[in-house]
Amino acid sequence: MIGPSSSHTAGAVRLGRVANKIMNIKSIDALRGLKLEIILSGSFARTYKGHGTDRALLAGVMGYHSYSSEIRDALEIAKSQGIDYKFIEQDIKGAHPNTARINFELGNSSGYIQGASIGGGNIRVDLVNGMRVDFTGENNTILVMHWDRPGVIADVTSLMRLKYPNANIANFKLSRKERGGEALMTIELDNRRDAADERGMAADIQGLNNVINAIVIRAI
Amino acid sequence: MLEYNSINKLISEAESAHKKISDIVLAEQALSMDLSCEELFNRMSANFDVMCEAVIKGSDKDLKSMSGLTGGEAFKMQSYIDLNNGGLAGSFVNKAIAAALSVAGYNAAMGKIVAAPTAGSCGILPGCLVTLYNEQRASRDEIIMALFTAGAFGMVIANNASIAGAEGGCQAECGSASAMAAAALVELMHGTPEQCGHAAAIAIANQLGLVCDPVAGLVEIPCIKRNASGVMIALSAADMALAGIDAKIPVDECIAAMKNVGDALPAALRETSAGGLAATPTGRKLREKVFG
Repeated sequence: MIGPSSSHTAGAVRLGRVANKIMNIKSIDALRGLKLEIILSGSFARTYKGHGTDRALLAGVMGYHSYSSEIRDALEIAKSQGIDYKFIEQDIKGAHPNTARINFELGNSSGYIQGASIGGGNIRVDLVNGMRVDFTGENNTILVMHWDRPGVIADVTSLMRLKYPNANIANFKLSRKERGGEALMTIELDNRRDAADERGMAADIQGLNNVINAIVIRAI
Repeated sequence: MLEYNSINKLISEAESAHKKISDIVLAEQALSMDLSCEELFNRMSANFDVMCEAVIKGSDKDLKSMSGLTGGEAFKMQSYIDLNNGGLAGSFVNKAIAAALSVAGYNAAMGKIVAAPTAGSCGILPGCLVTLYNEQRASRDEIIMALFTAGAFGMVIANNASIAGAEGGCQAECGSASAMAAAALVELMHGTPEQCGHAAAIAIANQLGLVCDPVAGLVEIPCIKRNASGVMIALSAADMALAGIDAKIPVDECIAAMKNVGDALPAALRETSAGGLAATPTGRKLREKVFG
């Protein structure tokens, strides 16, 4: 990784990368016009300048890795890519000491992720667009946004079983805003050499009834 | 299947299989990551390359951190060793210190390092292990294997306590790194798995309560020098364990104590730069100098 802090630099890049994955863009050029508002809480708020946390989060949002030398120049790169960013120091109640919330607005879509850097560059994503998730990015993860209707989970898992027999669920979490409203499945898959094609899987899941959107967040 | 929630379990698994801790960890990790042992070994080997490279790059005379507050410590230390016949603590120990200063200084300059377990404590494992390699006290392959032992100890600490300064203070970062290094050193010097446990326990005990108080919020002051003292603690803990000295408090209980002490630390002493050295008059002045 690029220094100086695994929690504040490497972990921050990874959190940024989750936002990048959720925006589901093809290349950095698709980020022109992106508006970012990044809330830094706890130790992130107090020490971000010295650790380059701001550069790291931006680098991650732009799709760079924790070992990319571009982290150093991420502020300048973001500007030249037409990305409008703002950092706000504000404590989020009850959050882990190293927490960031990345609000994004790109074209017609907007959303946010909130997550924490929990040490050694490891992360935990807590919220996606207002819904509680709980994944670490260690495994390939599929997020399925859907309507809360009977049978949707069974549809998703049957499809996986029938079409992708090698895929094994390591962790599953369901969260919803209200009964009958929007809901979110977090499906962490075991990493395997002969892994199913997760992108194909997400596209297939997206074709199911009552599914709004399905995205893959590859192991970070 | 190893769960990495007890070092004692790791030790007894290794002892009952008559293997080194690193052997059972490599086999188990390869299985769980669906990699061959060779592929996983090669990944660790690449990490060791990064460590060796950072030792060299960080010893540059003109190295400066991003803030300009630190840089060049490793060069000074190395020159001192060369001119003073190894210096007070002797050539091996002081070379290990110079290597730790080098890697930690390179980190502060936003150079490429291996978080071991974190960036703030990235100098301790290479300080011990790259020096052992450079001084031809262990082979490259042996050292790479020992990194699996270090990693396993780090995983147990991360699972049962913390490796983040913001959660547990510096004891969680440099303390964990010293424990990992001490265990690796004992294995490399042909100690038993049980002795690895004693070494890690002694290393943790000797840094218990160490606060995280970076001046200006930067991983520089006192972090760089704490990597040097972490090396000393790792070396002395390993030597004590190899001498047959018992830690008295078992390593898993030391880790639990580290967790309890970390939970009791006020936020000011957990990487917020509101207490400790960061809050001293000079600490504040340096902050102003960097950030205005």
